[in-house]
Amino acid sequence: MIFAAILAGGIGSRMGNVDKPKQFLYIGNKPIIVHTAEKFIINSRFDGVIVLCPAQWINYTKDLLDKYIPGNDIILIEGGSTRNNTIMNAIDYIENNYGLDEETVLVTHDAVRPFVTHRIIEENIDLASRGLACDTVIPATDTIVESNDGSFISNIPDRAKCYQGQTPQSFRAKRFKTLYDTLSEDEKSILTDAAKVFVVKGDRVELVMGETFNIKVTYPYDLQLAEILLEGEKKC
Amino acid sequence: MLNTVYRLVEPGRIEAEFCDIDITADAVLVRPTYLSICNADQRYFQGTRPARVLRSKLPMALIHEGIGEVVFDMKGEFPVGSRVVMVPNMPCEEDVAAAENYLPSSRFVSSGWDGFMQDIVSIRRDRVLSLPESVNDQVAAFTELVSVAYHTIDRFDSRAHSRRNVIGVWGDGNLAFITTLLLKKRMPESRIIVFGKHNHKLREFVFADECFHIDELPEGIYIDHGFECVGGMNSGRAINQMIDIIGPEGCIATMGVSEDNVPINTRMVLEKGITLFGSSRSGVRDFRNLLAFYEANPDVTEYLGRIVGNVVHVRSISDMSAAFEADMKKKGGKTIMEWKK
Repeated sequence: MIFAAILAGGIGSRMGNVDKPKQFLYIGNKPIIVHTAEKFIINSRFDGVIVLCPAQWINYTKDLLDKYIPGNDIILIEGGSTRNNTIMNAIDYIENNYGLDEETVLVTHDAVRPFVTHRIIEENIDLASRGLACDTVIPATDTIVESNDGSFISNIPDRAKCYQGQTPQSFRAKRFKTLYDTLSEDEKSILTDAAKVFVVKGDRVELVMGETFNIKVTYPYDLQLAEILLEGEKKC
Repeated sequence: MLNTVYRLVEPGRIEAEFCDIDITADAVLVRPTYLSICNADQRYFQGTRPARVLRSKLPMALIHEGIGEVVFDMKGEFPVGSRVVMVPNMPCEEDVAAAENYLPSSRFVSSGWDGFMQDIVSIRRDRVLSLPESVNDQVAAFTELVSVAYHTIDRFDSRAHSRRNVIGVWGDGNLAFITTLLLKKRMPESRIIVFGKHNHKLREFVFADECFHIDELPEGIYIDHGFECVGGMNSGRAINQMIDIIGPEGCIATMGVSEDNVPINTRMVLEKGITLFGSSRSGVRDFRNLLAFYEANPDVTEYLGRIVGNVVHVRSISDMSAAFEADMKKKGGKTIMEWKK
């Protein structure tokens, strides 16, 4: 079976004066979470679409999704304290309600990346269904600088080999659970990225080419950009 | 849903823009799979339309010939994965006299409205038709162009007088190829003669009864009716040549687009009592009839496969531009984009 896990765990503290989590802000006439969920709802390859968010926002999220997508069968559950905890909650839910086998695929996606395309989702499903973990990326445009102490440069990796991570990140759910269960609590607190769990444990993670516009709405600037990107709507 | 639309923002420059799709609306969501480039799209891409037209229509997604797969239908009328052809003409009213493709209120995609270069096309369900399995993707991609010829032949059939011994087709491009093929199939008793100016192209018209170079017409050549598939300023020359050799009360169907007015020998139009009619675009009925025709005549789609030219795999905006540029340089045939963006 193939599931989507839309991770809406953030509390939205970086969004300036806006007090709601970022996924509830509007782009055009709809909240971001609705735009994002729609991308997964219309893909029939998913057996279930799970949205994970903080406990205090579950009812609010459900009301929003029901208002904008009446009759939807999105599953809403509570996220965890970290990104990987949240993914584990999704996997536990799948295991308890559908059973988990070697083939079960999980496509994880940030709730605040509403511009993801059909192609990106399809390529994620294709790779994960073949047993390969994958990460959606775009080539880095800025030079990445590494600093161990926050004061001096310790390394400048070759930009030609650097990519910026986006989402979806997709994999076989059982494999993720197996690897995650081998991590110590210390490792779990450091390994906040699903793809990194696979990399650290020696599994190959394939790249899916993302899009520059598959932005993560993080700062007020991103929201303004998203609104500008929608301005050409009149000819649809 | 925030849908990505690849719009031509100025000649030669395509950019990703976005529009909101209401997935709960009574529309079918189709993922484009094969898109075919038309000369009309090319005129926008190259910027050869008048400046005021470009100003009023761009930015706009190009392409009105294409097929796709249904990804979502709230009503469940079209199963997910159905291979469908998309009808680009969107009528907004019904008219007792005029067909939907001639109503000024109708919308036509890639002419004022976004065409099919999109991540997902949200399209009215009455504009979606399931494709027969027998038609391959690349041929199906230009169903719209073939439906235009089909539509014109229907109109010709209802207008032209009954003597149809010889029908001439002017032009040696894709539209002429298609029109000749359909005429030969639909009117097998008629002799179909093609008049072109490129001998290497005329050699491809193997199903025609005869082909002549326009500068080397035999003495006494005669037609009962004619189809003009030339377009541009040369359409005037073609129409006048048709007027010269057509019989009394013959019918001339004009199909080629010209940006400029062309001079026509109206004296002889009057003297011979010629009916000159224009045809443009097509409606959903023409698509439906054509698909039934394809099923009944599988050899037609085989012949149409011969005008599939470049097939360009499109994964990026630069691939889209490359497809248009390849189409510009082509010697003939249709350029098809295999849509993987």
